[in-house]
Amino acid sequence: MIEISNLCKSFTLHNQGGAVIPVMAGAALSVAPGECVGLVGASGAGKSTLMRMIYGNYLAASGRIEVAGVDVARAAPREVIALRRQTLGYVSQFLRVVPRVPTLDVVAEPLLVLGVPADQARARASDLLARLNIPERLWPLSPTTFSGGEQQRVNIARGFAHAYPALLLDEPTASLDATNREVVLSMIDEAKARGAAIVGIFHDEGARERVCDRLVDVTGFTPGLAA
Amino acid sequence: MMEGSDLSIFAKKKPQPMASTAPLLRVEGLTKRYGARIGCADVSFDLYPGEVLGIVGESGSGKSTLLSCLAGHMAPDAGRVIFDTAEGPRDTREMSEPERRRLARTDWAYVHQNARDGLRMGVSAGGNVGERLMAVGARHYADIRTTATDWLGRVEIAPERIDDRPSAFSGGMQQRLQIARNLVTGPRLVFMDEPTGGLDVSVQARLLDLLRGLVREMGLSVLIVTHDLAVVRLLADRLMVMKGGRVVEQGLTDQVLDDPQHAYTQLLVSSVLQV
Repeated sequence: MIEISNLCKSFTLHNQGGAVIPVMAGAALSVAPGECVGLVGASGAGKSTLMRMIYGNYLAASGRIEVAGVDVARAAPREVIALRRQTLGYVSQFLRVVPRVPTLDVVAEPLLVLGVPADQARARASDLLARLNIPERLWPLSPTTFSGGEQQRVNIARGFAHAYPALLLDEPTASLDATNREVVLSMIDEAKARGAAIVGIFHDEGARERVCDRLVDVTGFTPGLAA
Repeated sequence: MMEGSDLSIFAKKKPQPMASTAPLLRVEGLTKRYGARIGCADVSFDLYPGEVLGIVGESGSGKSTLLSCLAGHMAPDAGRVIFDTAEGPRDTREMSEPERRRLARTDWAYVHQNARDGLRMGVSAGGNVGERLMAVGARHYADIRTTATDWLGRVEIAPERIDDRPSAFSGGMQQRLQIARNLVTGPRLVFMDEPTGGLDVSVQARLLDLLRGLVREMGLSVLIVTHDLAVVRLLADRLMVMKGGRVVEQGLTDQVLDDPQHAYTQLLVSSVLQV
């Protein structure tokens, strides 16, 4: 489902003397449907960078990033947009929304974009929010004023609203209590069971052991550190 | 006389699939000079149905000149602006003036930064919306009024304000009325010049939410010129960065903002104050 080969990336800082910072070289990764691969490595080793490149958020310098047959490293913007709508979901660590949009609509939006009727999309959003223990009285409010843990759960609900065949999860359990952590881990298990290919970053070792089938150390892709 | 059921087609339009193969608008080598000075130079891009393209750059970068040339308000010196009309793709520069005007009131819409430029200030809110319907042939008064009321509701203006003049409205309301006036005939392409400029941030958020909903429900293609990077992040699928009349970088909105490649874009992104 996700096939990465010989992926390289550097940042050129034009306004800081044109400094070139190589951050990744020769990265390779393969994730099958129903499999969850955990990215590990010290802070700054490039876990999030790799994840952002898979999502098309960071531009690859060279190499291939194939997701469901689309090479994200070369695809036109509108191909990446279509891929993100239908195939590739991403739960980032931060919730970015238009202020004042109700939580229920924030969660339903990925479905509305796909043309799912509003009542069905909202019903699905309600189920997810209830499951993630967001009190119903908060659903009509914008999540911008919610606590960190609540925002994260809204973000997770949004990321799981549509049954994406491929999912990227950046620290999905980071600021959750034990109950909600358990809910999220079961949701990941269920996504795997329906055949989703998942790439995740988990600092929580227990979570990693529970849902990851394999771990990939991105330190091996860091230029200068690779053997 | 137009029946109510015919009018209702203006209020709702089926979303068009994003992956549609033919571009709605194809721009090739568009150039506009002001004497020796460059307005915009050699701008080329495709816009597909349902896509929102943001055009950013500082004042004087040529983004407003580009929008004016595309919308036919200004004659470019070179290049082609090919629009996918009902009769197939046509270069709007080769159209006659009446043809272009017809396009401007049917398939196109233009939302001005200053609502006063896009509204008739001496005509009621309902009249402002109804006028555009009449321009495309609607004649039945009750139907026009019903559609106008429906649209005022969609842009969150209370129905009892229908007979008030826009001069009695707040800036945010005027902008929403301008949007209703523009979208009531179900255009396919909307030009927006700094639509949230000059509005309070709380009003901006409301307008952004409204625009996003309309883009999704009506399958609109939008060209939006702004200097506000937060606005394009929330609204635009793709981004074009202009400097000195030229496009220096373009790509997926979040990619251009989070991993800018050109020196100017890096400067632009790093200059935004964090709130």
